[in-house]
Amino acid sequence: MAEIDTSSGGGKKGPGVKKSKKLSTRVDLTPMVDLGFLLLTFFVFTTTMSQSTAMNMNEPKDDDTTQQIKVKNSGAMTLLLGKNNQIYYYYGQLDPNTLSEQFKSTNFKEIRKLILEKKKATPIDDLMYIIKSDKDSKFGNAINILDEMSINDIPPGHYAEVDITDTEAKLIKDTEEANGIK
Amino acid sequence: MSRPKLPRKSTTVDMTAMCDVAFLLLTFFILATKQKPPEVLTITPPSSVSAVAVPDKSIIITLTKDGRTFLMFGENTKKDETLENLNLTQGMNLTASELTKWKKQLFYGLPLNQVKSGLGMELDPAKMPGIPTDSAKNELTTWLRSITNVYAGGDQRKLEETLLVKGDNDALYPGFKQIKQAFKNNQLYKFRIVTNGEPVPVGSELYLRSQKK
Repeated sequence: MAEIDTSSGGGKKGPGVKKSKKLSTRVDLTPMVDLGFLLLTFFVFTTTMSQSTAMNMNEPKDDDTTQQIKVKNSGAMTLLLGKNNQIYYYYGQLDPNTLSEQFKSTNFKEIRKLILEKKKATPIDDLMYIIKSDKDSKFGNAINILDEMSINDIPPGHYAEVDITDTEAKLIKDTEEANGIK
Repeated sequence: MSRPKLPRKSTTVDMTAMCDVAFLLLTFFILATKQKPPEVLTITPPSSVSAVAVPDKSIIITLTKDGRTFLMFGENTKKDETLENLNLTQGMNLTASELTKWKKQLFYGLPLNQVKSGLGMELDPAKMPGIPTDSAKNELTTWLRSITNVYAGGDQRKLEETLLVKGDNDALYPGFKQIKQAFKNNQLYKFRIVTNGEPVPVGSELYLRSQKK
């Protein structure tokens, strides 16, 4: 291949001595190097860095009623997870008279801003996020909203997962029907 | 006058060294890559900013997209003891050879009363009903009770770190709620969720706090 014959003519040997052709023992390794690097690149590119991480979950002891936390209305924000990655939220307590004004809907793109706004507007001791998942919401939604809590650096104990009430489930259902979310 | 003849030099480069390096790197990467344990069920876990790595020796409760629950025991977990405990406490009456067969399974996704009949069959995770978790008959509670029994006396925190829930992004929430209920039924209030690591979004509160440090 890329080898230039450097032997110059070969030394003269005596008459009658047969010239035996010397074969080089050298093997051209270039293709092998090519192959080596090709495989190397292939493996490096196909290997996906799988980094599974673990998220801690702390569940409240729900049989212990004495541990019920009193939440101030001014500091509470309730996040309801609905169908189709929708989030519904309201501040404080639901008042039957002002339902339509209180009960708002949003999505996962906007929620970070809303959580942050609430955090900035509320003294930290009063702050409480209540997360409720509807039966049609996804497991991923519940984890994402908890993740939003850590992204927004909400201290533990200032957010909790609570079972959804019938009124809220009905409100979600009505809103979904009105908005045509399937 | 003729020019002095320059000795012709070879243009060949010795490729041996390069070849060595290439294959050395190749070998290194192949050996250093940890093979993923065979996944019988395809799960796309949700992502989170958590940076805690998943331990190797873990007991994983898997929640599939269609809401079925499976249980998998990682290496160095008390799998055999748990199964023996279940056999005893649930009156399953498995013979020694049946028990050995049962221990060899990679994942568990049958109601306890179908285990005996399911031993001889080829198990296809797509067709298995999963461990029942409905509120009337939450068998995951039974499984977890056996696991807690087997790990009893040891470090409670170690057990909490061993138990992992791996759920699919699109699994419906009630399925997860039943799993949580099974944990609560066994006075286990802490467990961990397997997620895909993602970087903390730039500019978020958590990001700013980590920058201050």
